[in-house]
Amino acid sequence: MDVRSQISMVFHLDKCIGCHTCSIACKNIWTDRGGTEYMWWNNVETKPGTGYPTRWEDQESYRGGWEVKDGELRLKSMSKARSLTDLFHHPSQPALDEYYEPWTYDYQNLFNAPEGDDQPTARPVSMVTGRHTEIKAGPNWDDDLGGSPVYAANDPNFSNLNDEQRAQLFAVERLAMFYFPRICNHCLNPGCVAACPSGALHKRGEDGIVLLDQTRCRGWRACVPACPYKKTFYNWKTGKSEKCILCFPRVETGQAPACFHSCVGRIRYLGVLLYDADKLELTASLPDEELIEAHRDMILDPNDPAVIAAARRNGIHDSVMESARKSPVYQFVKVWKIALPPHIEYRTLPMLFYVPPLSPVLSSKSEGVIKNETETLFHEVDNARAPLAYLARLFGAGHAAKVRYALKKELAVRLHRRALEVGDLDRAAADRALLEADCTAQEAEAIYKLTALCTFDDRFVIPPSHREMAIEMLEDPQERKQAAGFGFLAGPRRGA
Amino acid sequence: MNPAYPDTFLFAIFPYVALAVCAIESLRRYYAQPFTYSSLSSQFLENQYHFWGIVPFHFGLMAVLAGHLAAFFVPRTLLLWNSVPARLYLLEATGFIFALLALIGLTNLIVRRITEPALRVVTTPMDWVVLALLAGQISLGAYIALFRPWGSSWFAASLTPYLWSLLKLSPDLSYVATMPLTVKLHITGAFALAGLLPFTRLVHLLVMPLPYLWRRPQVVRWTGPRRIQGASL
Repeated sequence: MDVRSQISMVFHLDKCIGCHTCSIACKNIWTDRGGTEYMWWNNVETKPGTGYPTRWEDQESYRGGWEVKDGELRLKSMSKARSLTDLFHHPSQPALDEYYEPWTYDYQNLFNAPEGDDQPTARPVSMVTGRHTEIKAGPNWDDDLGGSPVYAANDPNFSNLNDEQRAQLFAVERLAMFYFPRICNHCLNPGCVAACPSGALHKRGEDGIVLLDQTRCRGWRACVPACPYKKTFYNWKTGKSEKCILCFPRVETGQAPACFHSCVGRIRYLGVLLYDADKLELTASLPDEELIEAHRDMILDPNDPAVIAAARRNGIHDSVMESARKSPVYQFVKVWKIALPPHIEYRTLPMLFYVPPLSPVLSSKSEGVIKNETETLFHEVDNARAPLAYLARLFGAGHAAKVRYALKKELAVRLHRRALEVGDLDRAAADRALLEADCTAQEAEAIYKLTALCTFDDRFVIPPSHREMAIEMLEDPQERKQAAGFGFLAGPRRGA
Repeated sequence: MNPAYPDTFLFAIFPYVALAVCAIESLRRYYAQPFTYSSLSSQFLENQYHFWGIVPFHFGLMAVLAGHLAAFFVPRTLLLWNSVPARLYLLEATGFIFALLALIGLTNLIVRRITEPALRVVTTPMDWVVLALLAGQISLGAYIALFRPWGSSWFAASLTPYLWSLLKLSPDLSYVATMPLTVKLHITGAFALAGLLPFTRLVHLLVMPLPYLWRRPQVVRWTGPRRIQGASL
């Protein structure tokens, strides 16, 4: 057992209101520089929808993630031999148009325009070329199903929905949509790291944050196609790639990452998961339908004495173990099993988990009165407005069982609370729902509490980073005296 | 033989200056400004014509360079190979085709850089210097291959000894003195490119990611005590 500690995340999709505050918080801190205007390390997509970059889930064209070929786990984007020839031109690298051309407006024209017959306008100006431009797309072009027949209908996740299910999804008054906030998943088996020819991309041993060493990056761009979630980006100005750093300077000082901290719907949870790194390759090579279970099996119980002993052998600090025991992520993922990894069939073993959304309550309006039609007040999971088959593509590698389990449990918690708080539901019906959902009243209370009543400290259990034990602290501080001068920090300027 | 003054400078002094500048500045830049080492790829801004420029250029140039290196390291083998005319023609034709490929690729890259507004934003004056030098150098090479034929043989017989004499720090100019002007220009251009290399985007050549071929897929960096034990995935 090779115990490692990983900072992991849960996004509770039932709580996401799609306000994009997370995206703005991230953009203002990290990607407001030249060359990064088009990057959204955190973005919020409307599902169904094509997302950002457009149709990122279509791995037939983007070739992200891993595949098992001849019993061997290999990157889908390239082989080792191709790595050298693909340096020149990556066949599956998305270009700026697949994202969007960032723009601002010529506001000065509103003040400087000479007197004329027409009202002056602020024309859009490209932030790449600095010239006037036509806006053709944006990072969130199909927000709230905008332009659905053009955009949402092209969602790659529709591939295993039949025509009836598709029609149902877009029928007026039956429309279903939900928000899908995305950041880097800080995967256990990251495709970007494995693809990086320079060894610039790496996973931090202590907390599992995946980082891109800017001084080692040579702009070979292999990480961009290799990440199936398209969360590594090429900075066209500096000639280096960049990605979400999980706000490690904040995490190291005990603060939640900016997107977590600013989340209005309080949908985000962050905490430590312990996992067994020995099982990595085997897990990532399993057939699609076994992946979720095996991924969950990699996660270790921080209360298990054997795990505690192995963690100590691996140098994991006791304070980190303490955090692991309090981790909200552990509860959602391992104990309650209602948080699922996105697109685990890409085999990068993402460490960001999603609680799938219970779609809107199934009811119909008649003469201005909303009628509940089902016996249990809320709809049945299998008759949900957003077809289970669709959610299964996103969170179940195409298999509905794990998603149905999570949704049934979420529904049981609702019924349980409804019976308790409002009382218009038969207690026996609530108990039956709990039983069917493999949930006890106690567990339902715990889920309810961490979902609805969670405080800041419940949501973010950030392990101490122990930077005082980092390598630079173990070196003699006198060592560099009179040797390194004052030092000149060079800005991240593009080379000649 | 008493070589003319420009020859002494161009073939006995300038090569050393260029190579010294190349070595010293590359190292200085690598350690002092590691951030500036990048391929500075522009595929992201223009993905259509990129392929038709960058791929023929690189493969063409790599094949041609491999030919030059072969003549430098194994001249005898090369001369032996060329002793049969059919093999000589084959080698010369192959070299010329790859030179043409590089030239076509480079032309495409230059046209692309001029016509795409987004690319002009990321093009420095030094880029134009590099492109012009490369265009001149490859055109000269192709010209020599066509009009001063059997270069694979006379390079191995005459220029290889000159290059080795440079390496042995006793430049023997008798080999180059009788060379036609185009060949002399080609040699000077090569050293000029070497001297300019560390000031340009060509530094990406020095950081070719060969270790990737035998590296394990995942990279883990430890900041804490684990690193001392030398543990890594």
